[in-house]
Amino acid sequence: MARKKTTSSIAFVRTEAAPLLPPPASQTGALGWLHRNILASMTDFSSPVAAIKSLLMAFFTLLIGYVGITQIISLVDFAFISAVWTDPDGLKREACWTVDQGGELPSGWHGACWPFVKAKFKFLMYGPYDIDQLWRVNLTGIIGLVALAWLLIEPLPFRRYVGIFLLTVYPVLAIILLYGKLDPSSATLSILTLGGILSPTPTTLMALILIGLGLMTVARLGAMGRLDRRIEDHARKIELSGWFVIGFALIFALFAEGYGLDRIDTNDWGGLMITLVVAITGIVASLPLGILLALGRRSTMPAARIICTVFIEFWRGVPLITVLFMASVMLPLFLPEGVNFDNLLRALVGVMLFSAAYMAEVVRGGLQAIDKGQFEGSSAVGLTYWQSMRLVILPQALTHVIPGIVNTFIGLFKDTTLVSIIGLFDLLGAGQSALADAAWASPVQSHSMYLFIAAIFFVFCFGMSRYSIFMENKLSRSRRH
Amino acid sequence: MNSDKSLLLKYLYDTRTRSIIFQVLLILSLVFGFWWIVDNTAVNLQAQNKSVGFGFLTQTAGFAISDTLGTWLFDYEVGTSTYLDVYFIGIANTFLVAFLGIIFATILGFTFGIMRLSQNFVFRAFSTVYIELTRNIPLLVQLFFWYFAVLRSLPNARGKVDIIPDVIGINIVGLYLPSAIPQDGFSLTMWAFAIAVVITFFMNRWATKRQQETGRIFPAFWAGLGLLIGLPLIVFLVSGSPLVVEYPEFKETGPILKRGFQKGAGMVLVPEMLAVWLSLSLYTAAFIAEIVRAGIMAVNKGQTEASLALGLKPNPILRLVIIPQAMRVIIPPLTSQYLNLTKNSSLAIAIAYPELVSVFAGTALNQVGKEIEMIFMMMSVYLTFSILTSIFMNWFNARVKLVER
Repeated sequence: MARKKTTSSIAFVRTEAAPLLPPPASQTGALGWLHRNILASMTDFSSPVAAIKSLLMAFFTLLIGYVGITQIISLVDFAFISAVWTDPDGLKREACWTVDQGGELPSGWHGACWPFVKAKFKFLMYGPYDIDQLWRVNLTGIIGLVALAWLLIEPLPFRRYVGIFLLTVYPVLAIILLYGKLDPSSATLSILTLGGILSPTPTTLMALILIGLGLMTVARLGAMGRLDRRIEDHARKIELSGWFVIGFALIFALFAEGYGLDRIDTNDWGGLMITLVVAITGIVASLPLGILLALGRRSTMPAARIICTVFIEFWRGVPLITVLFMASVMLPLFLPEGVNFDNLLRALVGVMLFSAAYMAEVVRGGLQAIDKGQFEGSSAVGLTYWQSMRLVILPQALTHVIPGIVNTFIGLFKDTTLVSIIGLFDLLGAGQSALADAAWASPVQSHSMYLFIAAIFFVFCFGMSRYSIFMENKLSRSRRH
Repeated sequence: MNSDKSLLLKYLYDTRTRSIIFQVLLILSLVFGFWWIVDNTAVNLQAQNKSVGFGFLTQTAGFAISDTLGTWLFDYEVGTSTYLDVYFIGIANTFLVAFLGIIFATILGFTFGIMRLSQNFVFRAFSTVYIELTRNIPLLVQLFFWYFAVLRSLPNARGKVDIIPDVIGINIVGLYLPSAIPQDGFSLTMWAFAIAVVITFFMNRWATKRQQETGRIFPAFWAGLGLLIGLPLIVFLVSGSPLVVEYPEFKETGPILKRGFQKGAGMVLVPEMLAVWLSLSLYTAAFIAEIVRAGIMAVNKGQTEASLALGLKPNPILRLVIIPQAMRVIIPPLTSQYLNLTKNSSLAIAIAYPELVSVFAGTALNQVGKEIEMIFMMMSVYLTFSILTSIFMNWFNARVKLVER
């Protein structure tokens, strides 16, 4: 009743909601987008100063838009529209010559010479690798790619085992497939034979396998409680070491005895393949090394801390090219005579040490971001140092710095181009030597080649950075409360 | 017997004993490893009949180095200059290209970083595409592109491309610029400039102090700018303009070998240096742009709103509130980008620009063959530089650190 009374004393009260009006035309659709994103900064003419600012903005917008669009058009034109795609008559360089140079293309033509890249494609991918043996590289690549894709795609099962496969079995498989039988004087073999103490005779192999089996039997018996208490406690470790000894014996046999694959020396490797070998080895080795170094740098033990700090700062303070020089020139001097350390291995050592130092700093950043309570809590529940690192600290610290880790990977991938300076034919090095081929000499030769190489690197690096952004979003979603 | 064993175990399980044992083992293995390397090296060097020592530095170098700042500074001449000169030439050229690259990369990087945050779609898109393209392509590929694909396809020594007709021109020999040749009495202008710098410095301190005490603002920026430009200009004009500008001279007629740009007129920047400079600064600019963007975005929006609420105008907000806070985030990674740029200048070896790695660890090393000494000397330059940078960084961080109460 009271309500009715109040309404009557007021002239007008709306009884139903006002109709929803469409947003103003300047805010929606293409026009609204244009207004918000381009015109907003150049429509203020309320004072002379504002008018000058608006005009300047309009001018620069037009200028930059013009430059950007012409650049994109000329790139597309060069790479696709004007490009020569085929060379049906086998003319080679003359296929990409204009009339002035003695060819058939119209004067002033400027486009990519793709037949040149096509002709050099195998060289760019595999370098001087034996043409009949390319299936070995392809097989290695396909296995690696499938396993990696498996690892990265979330819903697939057994990802843990695929990861273990990639880190343990796959490297050995890759060396066997790519390299073939090892050179008797190579460093890998001398490490495997423990500097010549072991020799790959059937007796040694049998003995190793027996030792492994023996260890496993002891472990099993211990687990059943038939042996001493202490063996029971360590049954798992003993079993693992048994597996390790057997695995070592098998790898040893494979490497030392050969398996029907001819040896292809690393001097005959090249192209994208060597780029990927260097990058992947660097990436895989730098993460654990970097974690160790970062833990060392934050350790309470002064000796470990000083050594790790000096090590990290040394590698971070010098350019990679000097590290590669050092590896290629000084490493042979550091090793005992007779150890043959090939060029690729030297570059790998350099790249590994270098990227480990950078990785260490990234990981250290993650460790510093972890709350002190996590360290104290994990030691309060009785975890040892390594347990608390493995189970509590590192999982958190590493997820914090995934962007940094991936950035280091991208940097490392780009830095692999430097190995061409110390004489390895990586993708860029192979490209450079392909450019020296006079049979394809034309004014657009180098443009086409660099465009192709740049595109390959761009796809890899851009893909990695997108994946890291995806991971980051996913993890931050899981951290959100 | 039993108590002895448990005492030993007690020691073994003690954290401190363990850490001491571990450290002793670590140091021992390090010393052993070091000794192993030194021993191997000594054996290997003996096998190659080589000795260790820095005597080679006084030997004369027998190879030509293209004309650059370094060769000009140290008066390089084949046959009379020593390897020590080569070393210094390398250092000078490294720092020259690093210095120029840092300036150019900073300007470009800040521009692109601010553009990427712009409301204007065109600016944003342009800088995004630029940054993503440049960051994801290796520097060496870019360097080769600029050198082999762009600068090598310029007209030969008898032709030119005009950038500013009759003033700046470029061909395959290099970029020709006018040069300013100081005459007698130009040193007065230099002194005037130095004095202006000193006065500006003290004036700034006085202005800050007065503002803090009385609140009155002194236009220190404009006064300083006026001093820095005005004082040297007045002295320059009074002393009779002792500076002759020499333009590059281009001949299209005459004997065929004498055509093209003439020697000794204007100055020339060699294409190797241009390529290194361009690729280094364009590459680093992309990284600087991302740093600048992150720095500006790190400043809380509340800061802008609070300053608006205090009645500040947009310009002072930017100058007094946003930029000082953003700089705190920007400067540390920016310094490390400068350091990266300096280290990346070593890629110049790939196109034979005569910087440290290229002339000293490349050409000179091939001739002398003192691997250990020369690589040690080369690395120590970069190490010294990076240590100096990190000392600066620590000083800076301590200065701008947030004072928490």
